[in-house]
Amino acid sequence: MAAINLNLISGRSIQQGVAIEGGKEKPAYRTAAGIIELDPSDLKRLGAWKNTNVKVTSPHGSVIVKAMETSQGPHPGIGFIPMGPWANSIVDPNTYSTGMPTFKGTPVTVEVAINEPVLLGIELVQKQCGVK
Amino acid sequence: MTKTITDVICPFCGTLCDDLEVVVSDDGKKLLEVYNACVIGTEKFLHSQSKDRVTRPRLHQPDGTWKEISYDEAAEYTAQMLAKAKKPLMYGWSSTNCEAQSVGNEIAEISRACCDNTAAVCHGTTLIAVQDIGLPTCTLGEVKNRADRIIFWGCNPAHAHPRHMSRYSIFPRGFFTGKGQMSRKMIVVDPRVTDTAKMADVHLQIEQGRDYELLNALRVALNNEWLPDSVAGIPKEKIREAAEMMKSGRFGIIFFGMGVTQSLSKNHNIDEAIALTVHLNEFTKYSIMPMRGHYNVTGSGEVFAWQFGFPYSIDLSRGFARYNPGDTSSIDLLVRGEIDAMFTIGSDPGAHFPISAVKPIANMPSVCIDPHQTPTSGVSKLHVPVSFNGVETGGNCYRMDNVPIDCRKVVEPPEGMLSDEQFLIKVRDRLKQLKGAA
Ligand code: SF4
Repeated sequence: MAAINLNLISGRSIQQGVAIEGGKEKPAYRTAAGIIELDPSDLKRLGAWKNTNVKVTSPHGSVIVKAMETSQGPHPGIGFIPMGPWANSIVDPNTYSTGMPTFKGTPVTVEVAINEPVLLGIELVQKQCGVK
Repeated sequence: MTKTITDVICPFCGTLCDDLEVVVSDDGKKLLEVYNACVIGTEKFLHSQSKDRVTRPRLHQPDGTWKEISYDEAAEYTAQMLAKAKKPLMYGWSSTNCEAQSVGNEIAEISRACCDNTAAVCHGTTLIAVQDIGLPTCTLGEVKNRADRIIFWGCNPAHAHPRHMSRYSIFPRGFFTGKGQMSRKMIVVDPRVTDTAKMADVHLQIEQGRDYELLNALRVALNNEWLPDSVAGIPKEKIREAAEMMKSGRFGIIFFGMGVTQSLSKNHNIDEAIALTVHLNEFTKYSIMPMRGHYNVTGSGEVFAWQFGFPYSIDLSRGFARYNPGDTSSIDLLVRGEIDAMFTIGSDPGAHFPISAVKPIANMPSVCIDPHQTPTSGVSKLHVPVSFNGVETGGNCYRMDNVPIDCRKVVEPPEGMLSDEQFLIKVRDRLKQLKGAA
C-alpha cells in the first residue's frame, strides 16, 4: 500500500483546547487530537478514505492516528497533528541549545493502518513509558 | 435563588478575558452557567463541576491501581522526595497564581532544584530573543484603541486565543479605531490556510520554517531594495504589497506564535521579527507581542525573574541561579537523564513534551499536582488534585501583555480540597524541617 512523505507540524486547535479541559482520559480528547489533518491531494496520494487510521512514522518514533481531510487547507505536503501525546510521539525533541524542541517541521511517512487502534491519550503515554 | 458574579477572569489562555459572567447557586457551591467566555473557557469553568473529579491525593501502586492518601501524607511524600533528590526538576507553574509560584520558588531554593515553566515548549525562544535585542511592545488596550495594521505571524488566534480578535485586535471599536475592523488591515503569515488566515486582507502562505527569510525580505522591501523572484514561497510582488501595507498604517503590531518559536532558527526568527518591528518604526509606530498561551505563563516568568533574575530554565543546584537554555532547560535535562525527581504543577509535560523527555519521568520519583487526570498524572508516582485556580481560588496572574490582573474565586472547591498554594506551604514547611533550614 502507498506510503507518502510529509512535513509534520503540530499546534493548537479549538477542539483540542475544549477536549483538554473536558478531561484527557475521555475519548473526546482522542477525537480532537489523535488525528492527522491532510490536504485532499495527499489523502488521494495515500489512497485512503477520510477517517482512516494511519501510522505516522518519523526518525523519533511512530504513532497511530486517524487521517482527516483538513478544514484549514489547502496545504499540500504538510501534515498537521494537534498538540498532544499523539504528535509528541513523533516530533523532533532536539532543542539545538535553545531548550525548545522542534515541534514544527518533522519529516514523516504516513501509511494506512486500517486495523490498528488509536489509543486514548493517557493510555498512549503510559504504554510508551512502560507504565501499563 | 442564584447569584450572578460579573467581571470574572477566564483562566485558560493568555488573553485573560475579564468580562465573564458566572451564575452560581445561592450557597456558592454550584456553578451553573457561564456567559461571554469562548467554548474553551466555558468548558474550563463547567468541567470543574464534573462528578468524576478526583478529590484526594493518590499514590500509584505497583499493579497500576491508585491508593487514596491524605494531603498531609502527600505533602510528606513530596517533601521527602525533594529532600532526597540531588537534582530535582520543578516544572509547570503556568496554570496557577503568582502567590503559589512564589511559595514554589522557596521550595526550589531549599531543595536546590531546576525550575522551569511552560515557556519551555512555547515562548522560551522568545525570551532568549528579548534578552538579545529587547522588545518594543505595548498593551492590548493600546492595540484596541490605536492599531490599524495587525500582523499574525505563525499564530492562529481563531483556535488558540478565540476572543483575542474580538476583544483586542481586529473587531473592537477603539478610541482611534472607531470603525472596528473596517479601519484595520490584517496580514497573516502561516503555511496553512488557517481559520485566521481566511479572514486576512493578505495571507502569505509561507513555506514552513522559512520565517527568517521572509522577515528579512520584508525589511529589504521596506528599503525598496532588490529582491529575488520569490522568497519562502512568496512572490516578490506580494512581499512588496505586504511591506507597503505594513508601513502605510498609523500604528501596527506584530503578534507571533508557535510557528515562529518552534520552527528551526527559533530565537533567531524572533530576533529578526523584532528587528523588523524596529525597522518599521522608521516609517510609522510599531509594536510586537508574543501570543502567550497558558493563562499565567507570563506571571511565572515574572515571578522567576523577581526571585532568581531569569524568566525560565533556572538551575539552582549549585546554590545560586544559573540560566543557560539548552543546558538548564527541562527537555534537555530530562533527555540527558540528569534529573532524579520530577515535580510537576499546573501543566502537563506528559502530553506536551516529546515522548523521549516523558519516559524518564515514569522511571523516577515523581509528583504531579493537577486538578485533572493527565498523561503526567498517569505516569507519576503521586497525583495531588487541587482546586481550580481562577474558578475555586483567586490570586494574581499576568496577561500576555504583562499586565497583572487579579482573578476571582467564583465557587467553592469540593469539600476538603486544598489550593496549590495551601499544599505548597505544607510541603515547604516540612521540607524546612527535613533540611534544617531556618
Ligand atoms: S479567549 Fe482565552 S481567556 Fe478569553 S474566554 Fe477564551 S480561553 Fe478564556
